[in-house]
Amino acid sequence: MIQLIKDTLISQVVTLWRVFVHAFDKTDTVEYPDVQPQMAARWRGRIILSRDPDGEERCVACNLCAVACPVDCIALQKAEDEEGRWYPEFFRINFSRCIMCGFCEEACPTNAIQLTPDFEMAEYVRQDMVWEKEDLLINGTGKYHDYNFYRIAGKKIGGKDKGEARNEAPPVDVRSLLP
Amino acid sequence: MVWDVGSPLSIGAILFTVIIVAAMLIWVERRLLGLWQERLGPNRVGPFGLLQVVADMIKIFAKEDWVPPFADKFSFILAPPIIMIVILMSFTVIPFAPGVGVIDSDIGVLFVLAMASLGAYSVMLGGLASNNKYALLGSLRAAAQMVSYEVFMGISLLGVVALTGSFNLREIVIAQSDGWYIIPQFIGFLIFMIAGIAESHRLPFDIPEAEQEIVAGYHTEYSGMKFGMFFVGEYLGVVLISSLLVVLFFGGWLGPAFLPPIVWFLLKTAFFIAFFILLRAAIPRPRYDQLMTYGWLFLLPLSLLNLMITGAFVLWQEGAI
Repeated sequence: MIQLIKDTLISQVVTLWRVFVHAFDKTDTVEYPDVQPQMAARWRGRIILSRDPDGEERCVACNLCAVACPVDCIALQKAEDEEGRWYPEFFRINFSRCIMCGFCEEACPTNAIQLTPDFEMAEYVRQDMVWEKEDLLINGTGKYHDYNFYRIAGKKIGGKDKGEARNEAPPVDVRSLLP
Repeated sequence: MVWDVGSPLSIGAILFTVIIVAAMLIWVERRLLGLWQERLGPNRVGPFGLLQVVADMIKIFAKEDWVPPFADKFSFILAPPIIMIVILMSFTVIPFAPGVGVIDSDIGVLFVLAMASLGAYSVMLGGLASNNKYALLGSLRAAAQMVSYEVFMGISLLGVVALTGSFNLREIVIAQSDGWYIIPQFIGFLIFMIAGIAESHRLPFDIPEAEQEIVAGYHTEYSGMKFGMFFVGEYLGVVLISSLLVVLFFGGWLGPAFLPPIVWFLLKTAFFIAFFILLRAAIPRPRYDQLMTYGWLFLLPLSLLNLMITGAFVLWQEGAI
């Protein structure tokens, strides 16, 4: 009998009390249009293309982001400048398809494509959801401030020969017998 | 024009207040649930979101009032008004304050029980007429729930009736002048409250609509104002059960003299309405066979025991035993 009362009555009263006490807790709601929410730095929102510390485009048009994209919202075309640097001739993201999964950021070998905490991307015209390279490129380095792909990679470009990259030894002369 | 029981002024004021309160409960419930779930609830339309009710009303009136072609048209249209009419009818016998009321009936308790029970027809007819499997399950559950709570609901009140010696709700309130019935009839109060929750189909006993299990139960196929009538009927039921709890166990309009009697009545009723919403926020829903077992095997014997002890006490007081 005691057990029955404990199960049917006391536990319900305890539950009611514990829920009632929540009335004195702080609400979790952020009144968004009036109060800007504090977004986490690694929030996956609007996609940007960043530049390296020298101010050049980081993107080398390797197409890995377009391959990784599960909804195929990224389209780009490779081009090569006179120095030998690869860059995208056009780079187009259709944000009406994008699901902000961040796979492109994971795939990118040069930290060029990055997701930002901005989420306010509503448009009245559907075509305005398609962003071109000019819209996506930012002037800064994004999340990785000192990363510069062409200064680390061994590829030869204008003004930097083989073996001149950071942490890179000069190439071995295979015709020389000297150690 | 005078304030008296049954005067047109009294009737009009009661009808207006009851319907406005039932409509405002849409907003009150959402704000209170928000408060207890650490949210805000609707606060955009008007001050504190008070005009949310108006916005909801405009929306629900403007919606398409659709009768499914496969439904039984007559009962489908008949069902929603029943619940509103019977519950508004029940309010006629509630004594709000001295001189405020619609009728002063000598069978008030029986009238309320009869009318509130007719409300179950609305739910069952609505579910059957919809010709939809979820609606059918909902009305099946409503029938199962009704046979389990109706019995002990009536019996739990008989203790109060025995102590007063009258079925007249106004006399029941007056008889509580020297002590509210919550103390001698605590078990009766608990049983009647459980039955009342089941009667108004509120959580934790909203088994006929159980939106997590059977879509929306008996009103799955309803839309527009027909759905609105079920919705307002449910809130009217909450107000009715709250005011009945106040009248039967908490001394109705009685209270310290610094506030007028009607204010005491409204304050006590508001407390129970808030309590109903707290129940919704806190207690999960049982299965309907669990409710039936609980009703028949535990609450019915308990209410009979309560009636027996109260009866013996009344007879002992009168010197019959």
